[in-house]
Amino acid sequence: MPLDQDPTAPSLPVRMAKAFAMFWWDFLVGDTPEFFVGVLVIVGIVLLLVRAASLNSAAVVVFPGLVVVLLAGSALQARRSRR
Amino acid sequence: MHTSTVALMVAVFLASLVESVEALTIIVAAGISRGWRSALEGTAAGIGVLVVIIGALGPTLVYLVPIAVLRAVVGVMLLIFGLQWLRKAVLRAVGLKAKHDEDLIFDKQVKALSTAGATVNTKGRDTQAFVVAFKGTFLEGLEVAIIVLGLGGGAHDLAVASAAAGAAILLVTVVGFIVARHLSWVPENAMKTVVGLMLVSFGTFWGGEGLGIKWPGSDLAIPVLVGVYAVLTWLIVQLARPTNRSLAEEARSAA
Repeated sequence: MPLDQDPTAPSLPVRMAKAFAMFWWDFLVGDTPEFFVGVLVIVGIVLLLVRAASLNSAAVVVFPGLVVVLLAGSALQARRSRR
Repeated sequence: MHTSTVALMVAVFLASLVESVEALTIIVAAGISRGWRSALEGTAAGIGVLVVIIGALGPTLVYLVPIAVLRAVVGVMLLIFGLQWLRKAVLRAVGLKAKHDEDLIFDKQVKALSTAGATVNTKGRDTQAFVVAFKGTFLEGLEVAIIVLGLGGGAHDLAVASAAAGAAILLVTVVGFIVARHLSWVPENAMKTVVGLMLVSFGTFWGGEGLGIKWPGSDLAIPVLVGVYAVLTWLIVQLARPTNRSLAEEARSAA
């Protein structure tokens, strides 16, 4: 081992795994965790409508409707937090 | 040609165009300030790694994963990714976020790279230029790869998605190097809004299909979703736009 190498430094596979996890975290969560959580909640509601209640027509309207509510909520929150 | 295929091509082409412009900005900045050889080698290495990733994952996604599962997972990912793009577009439209300015990014990159110390190795390669060009190509390219694999995989039409991305990258490469220092001519902010709308629409459509929704009109639901989301996003922009009263309040609190 070279003298200048830190023995406590993580190995290459560990660093690569960390970088991979960080990439997906930034990609899916990043600075808008509300989208990650919100989309999962929407998926749950749509699943209930389609699978449990067999309400296809309701799901067709509710799915995009909730997506717009999520977008509006996030944008308006950004405006409020700026003040 | 199916409506969904045209929409798929437009979405992949525009998304790849935007990401390619961002990558080119970094590559040209590295080339001009540190030397073209190392910058182009870094770019080639970045492209090489991306080709391996797409080659390994693409066929696996399309041929081995059940279409319903693929569409549900891809739909959720596209929805999250698209919402992030659309939120940025809304915030830019109402002035809460600075517009993406490639000229400014280019100048900053050139300044940072020019002031960095010499990092030429024994093979005559400038490590700084190589790493900056590699990272720019790889990270922006990875987003293109995810969009190509997501949209192409969801539609079971990886060839069309790859061709649309390839056309966009080729266009940016040819035109970009001619007007290398003036990338701000690309209407990037408007294109990002369109891409955001399309990603959210495809995400809703495929996510819905994966979850079991039967969309009225089948593929025709995609352009309808794009239209509905476009109108509602415009309404959100109007809602989020600071009013004269809120601007006056801000001015008072600043004073």
